[in-house]
Parts: sequence; C-alpha cells; structure tokens
Amino acid sequence: MRGKKRELPGHPMDRLLRVDRIPHIWCSGCGIGTIFGGVLAAIQKLDIDLNKLAMVSGIGCTGRMAGYIKVDSFHTTHGRAIPFATGLKLARPDIKVIVASGDGDLFAIGGNHLIHAARRNIDMTVICVNNLNYGMTGGQQAPSTPLGFKTTTTPEGSPEEPFNFCYLAAACGAVYVARWTALHIRLLTNSIAEALQKKGFTFIEILCPCPSVFGRRNKMGNALETLKLYHDRSVIKNEIDPKEAGIDLFGEIVVGKFVDRERPTFIDYYRSIVCHETPEDNVIRIAR
Amino acid sequence: MRDKAVEKGIYFMNGDHACCEGAIAAGCRFFAGYPITPATEVAERMSIRLPQVGGIYIQMEDEIASMAAILGASWGGVKAMTSTSGPGFSLMMENIGLGVCTETPCVICNVQRAGPSTGLPTNVAQGDMMQARWGSHGHYEIIALSPSSPQEMFDMTILAFNLSEEYRIPVLIMADEVVGHMNERVVIPDIEEIEIVNRAKPHAPPEGYLPYRPGPNGVPILPNCGDGYRIHVTGLTHDERGYPVMTADAQAQMVEHLVNKIVLNREKIIKTTSFYLDDAEVVVISYGITFRSARSAVEQIREAGVRAGLLKLDTVWPFPEELVRSLARNVKALVVAEINLGQMVREVERCAAGRCRVHLVPHHGGAVIRPERIIEGIRAALKRKRNR
Repeated sequence: MRGKKRELPGHPMDRLLRVDRIPHIWCSGCGIGTIFGGVLAAIQKLDIDLNKLAMVSGIGCTGRMAGYIKVDSFHTTHGRAIPFATGLKLARPDIKVIVASGDGDLFAIGGNHLIHAARRNIDMTVICVNNLNYGMTGGQQAPSTPLGFKTTTTPEGSPEEPFNFCYLAAACGAVYVARWTALHIRLLTNSIAEALQKKGFTFIEILCPCPSVFGRRNKMGNALETLKLYHDRSVIKNEIDPKEAGIDLFGEIVVGKFVDRERPTFIDYYRSIVCHETPEDNVIRIAR
Repeated sequence: MRDKAVEKGIYFMNGDHACCEGAIAAGCRFFAGYPITPATEVAERMSIRLPQVGGIYIQMEDEIASMAAILGASWGGVKAMTSTSGPGFSLMMENIGLGVCTETPCVICNVQRAGPSTGLPTNVAQGDMMQARWGSHGHYEIIALSPSSPQEMFDMTILAFNLSEEYRIPVLIMADEVVGHMNERVVIPDIEEIEIVNRAKPHAPPEGYLPYRPGPNGVPILPNCGDGYRIHVTGLTHDERGYPVMTADAQAQMVEHLVNKIVLNREKIIKTTSFYLDDAEVVVISYGITFRSARSAVEQIREAGVRAGLLKLDTVWPFPEELVRSLARNVKALVVAEINLGQMVREVERCAAGRCRVHLVPHHGGAVIRPERIIEGIRAALKRKRNR
C-alpha cells in the first residue's frame, strides 16, 4: 500500500501539507477538509513566506488543521489557541498567525479569550469552523446549536438560543468579520486571503456540514443535502450589520463580509503609548 | 550607557520586585499576567521594567490566558514568565501541563497565600507544594524552587530561567506572601557575574529533522517558531517528529522521556543548603520563609547543647531523595517545618522509610511558624520513641 501511495503524482498543495500525516482523521462528508483547502489556497495565492507563518489551534475536529499544515503549527489546549497565539504574535510580530478552531473551542471554553483578543486588536486571523455541535466528542450541544436541534446532550432539542458569532466578534472590535459556508469555497478563499493581508484581529466563520454526528440526528440527510441546503438558503449580504446576519436553517443563512475597518493594533498602541516609539521601531530588540 | 536590564547596585527591595529584576537579568522579555494578591507587585513592576528593555508586558483576561500566552511567547523565542498566587495557580495547571508535554521553557512565580479557595489573600502559606508537583493531570516531572528572601527571589528567578532553558520545562518559583512582600537588602551584581543559559538551537537541516529526539542530556533541541523548521507542536502524545501517535507504546516512550530528562539530571538540578549536618543527631528540613524560622530555632537549640542540623531545600522538586535517605540513616529524627498540614513531610517520610523518626511542625497558614514552635518540635522529636 505504502509503495503504491508513493507512485501517485503530488498534489498541488503538497508543499503546504504534512503529506506524511495524510490520510486525515475527518469523517467522510465533513466540510473541514474543504475549508482547510480554502485556507491553503489563500496562503498559496498570497505567496506568503511559509517560514514566517504559524497556525495555532485548540482542541476538536477543526483543531486538527494545525497537524496537517506544513508551517510552524501549534495544537494547544481546549479553548486556549487565541491566548497562545497572542503570546506568539507579540513575541514575533513578523510572523503571520492564523488561529483555526471550532465554534465550541473558540466561543464556549475559549469565549473569554476571543472577546479580549478582538478588543485588544491582536493581529491574527481567526478561522472559526462552525459545525453547530461538538463533533470530536460525538455530537454534543455547542454555543452554535440552533434552538430545538438535537444533539447527544439535548436529545429533545436544544433549549438554548445560539450565539451570532459574527455579531459578537464585530461588537468586540474585530476589524474584519465575514461568514461563508463550506460551499462558498472561492468566496471563502478570497475572504481568507483578504483577512490575512489585514492588520488586526480578523474573523471568518464558516458553516460546515457535520453529517456523521449532527446531520444524522437532525434528519438533515447526507453532506450533499446539507450543501444543497446551504445553496438554497444562503444569501450574500455584504456590509450588512452583523446583528441582522442570522443563521436560520429553515429561512435565510446570511453570508458575506460584514465588517472591514481599520483600527490600531495592540502592538501599535504599545509602541506609541507605552514605549513612546515610532511605528518603524521594533519593540522587541533583544537578540533571541 | 547604563545597562537597563541589570541595574547593578545594592537595593532595599521587596521580594516581588526582586523577582522581576532577576527575570529581566536572566533575559525575560515577555510577561503575561493577571492581578492577584500577593503577586500583583510582580506584574506592576514588569509593566514598568519590560518596556525599558524592549520587552512586552500584557495583562491577560485571566491566568489561563496568561499561562497560554507565555507558552506562545516562548515558542516565539522570547524568554517568558508569569506570576500568580493560589487561585491563579489552580487556573494555570492545564497549560503548565501543555508546557511540560510540549517541552516549552517558561517560568511561573507562585507567591503563595493561604487557601483553600480564596482563603487569606494577604497572608502567607506554603500550601501549594503538592499542587506544584502534581497539579496538572497525568504523570510528569517538574522543577520547583523555594526562595526564602528577596535576595533569593532575585537569584532563584535567574536560576529558574536557566533551568527552564536548559531542560525545556516550566520552572516554578514557589515563593510566599512574606518573601514577596518583605523589603530587604538585595544585591544586584554586575551583568558579567550573572550566568545566563539560553536554549540550544538546532543546526541540522530542517529536512528529516526530528525535533523531539532527546539530545545529549536527554533534552530535545527544538527550533523556535520562524526558524524555518516548520514543526508541529502538540499536547497530544507525540513521537520524535512531534506528530500525534495514539498508542500505549508512544505514550510510554514520551512519558519516560519527560520524566527521565529531569530524573536523570537531578544531581545537576537539585540545590540544597546544609547547616551543621556533620554532628547532627536531629535535622530540621525546611524551605522558603519557614527556613528562616528553622535557622533561628536550630541556632538557639544548639546553644542549649542539642546537636541539631538544618537542611534548606532550595529546589523542592525534584525532591533530594538521596540526601534525605542518607540523613535518615544517620540521625535520630528529621523535623519538617512547613506552613501547611504536612506536604513535603510526605516526601521526607517516604525517603526515611522508617529509618528514623519524622516529626512535623505544621501550620494552617496565615502567619509564619515561630522559631519556638520548631524548638518544641525538635525536643518532641528527640523524646519520641518510635516513628508515628
């Protein structure tokens, strides 16, 4: 088998992948692979120096992205990708930092870190894969689970209203906020590329099919049917107030780029207010 | 130009501030923390001092984030620390484990106060000693130091950074409220007199490099982020490539490695200070602020003709097992004084293994142990017929 695998022609993304770690662990029909492909395509498109790029992730299905991308990659503890990335970014302002994690990791256990990183405007791009539940642990209720939807811990249906992540990120100060689905792969790729070029806390939520443990319990059919639902229900509303940009699986799934603004980052303010420096100076001058 | 990192001189300084000066002298250029009594003064001074030396100070949203941030900064190649006290130390535990598992150099200063829970925020205790050893889940080794004065806060913070860089592990400074808040003479030497250890860097080409293969002293030589090695770092059980491997064999190999890099180097890591051990029939074992009461007690009781010795644990973890075993063979009793109801005494009892009496002088916390209580303890230990 191994010999046969080696004979296959290389994939165009191979230079960005830890090919020795493929096959990946994601279920068939899962959208994370497609979204991951979008992340890689955006990196490819921008021709970023791969030695000056890092990915930090938390725990969960999406958290495994860090294990497959061939850049310096950190698979941290549950919910703590953002503060880890904060330390990394402040220590190495020259390195571009992507945080890739799931909705539960970023908004439940890690919610406090996300809101503060957005407030401080730490320069990082957060890729939030929203599969509406906790996939890795077998499909439990998440802060994204729509009201009334079934999970293993809400067998009668979730009695909680979910967060609107984009609204929350925007309210906390993110300078770029967008939502797409795993179906909008070109728009997503362009959006990630745009976010990566922006200075500050940028946030992209991607709705993602989870047929194995979420779709199945909610009679949503297979992955293709979920993608069809995205196709039928998604409405692109760029620049709409994210407050109005809801996810209604029976009505409208509002996608688009909602926020794109400029704001000084933590490092900018640190340099000017704390260090009395001009932006050209490098704060950390000590040789490593 | 005056060196702002090592401000040579003789100062009247509190322990928390001395810790900052030691950290900056050791090369610390990143601090992430959260206010908590009695460690707040560490963060306050760091917020003033780090910008002066080109470093970054950030106040995080909690201690979980603080611990995560220093790990991230350390992977960025910058020496990093945080400081806290009991409640914050509890919150840091999970990410201390991540630091152990991913072999990330960093320093955590715990200025201990009395617990459990919110306890006595402004009063002393030494109740986190076993939490320091076992507080994060899973089996691992850790390095923890115990300063007994502001001067030692300075010296041991430098030592903590050096040990963390050499052995690639979070190093804990187990201070306490009295040491943190007391003002005393602190001598900051010339920069040339301070020994600084920096983590080894790989020189082999990135292709095929095994980042987590143990180096000559059992410690892997890992690149920093941005060095071009493009490595994967995970808190999952991993192999020498740093890749997750979910098998019992990989688990055995990784845990053995994490334990052995400390255990096999323990003679180089462990530091103790001995007083009057040569003729001692009873030895007091103590650490941190309690050492100072113990020293007074031992000196007083020696004047009264009792051949008492004193062992100060500068390093509390790893525990100096061999030394305590050999003491146990040669004395009638070991007296352990600590501001808890018996934590390090368990290690002493384990090493003594019934070869001598082990007597505890405990304290619930909230005040230091007075020398008289230790004197009583020494007398009681010598009177006791059998081990308890």
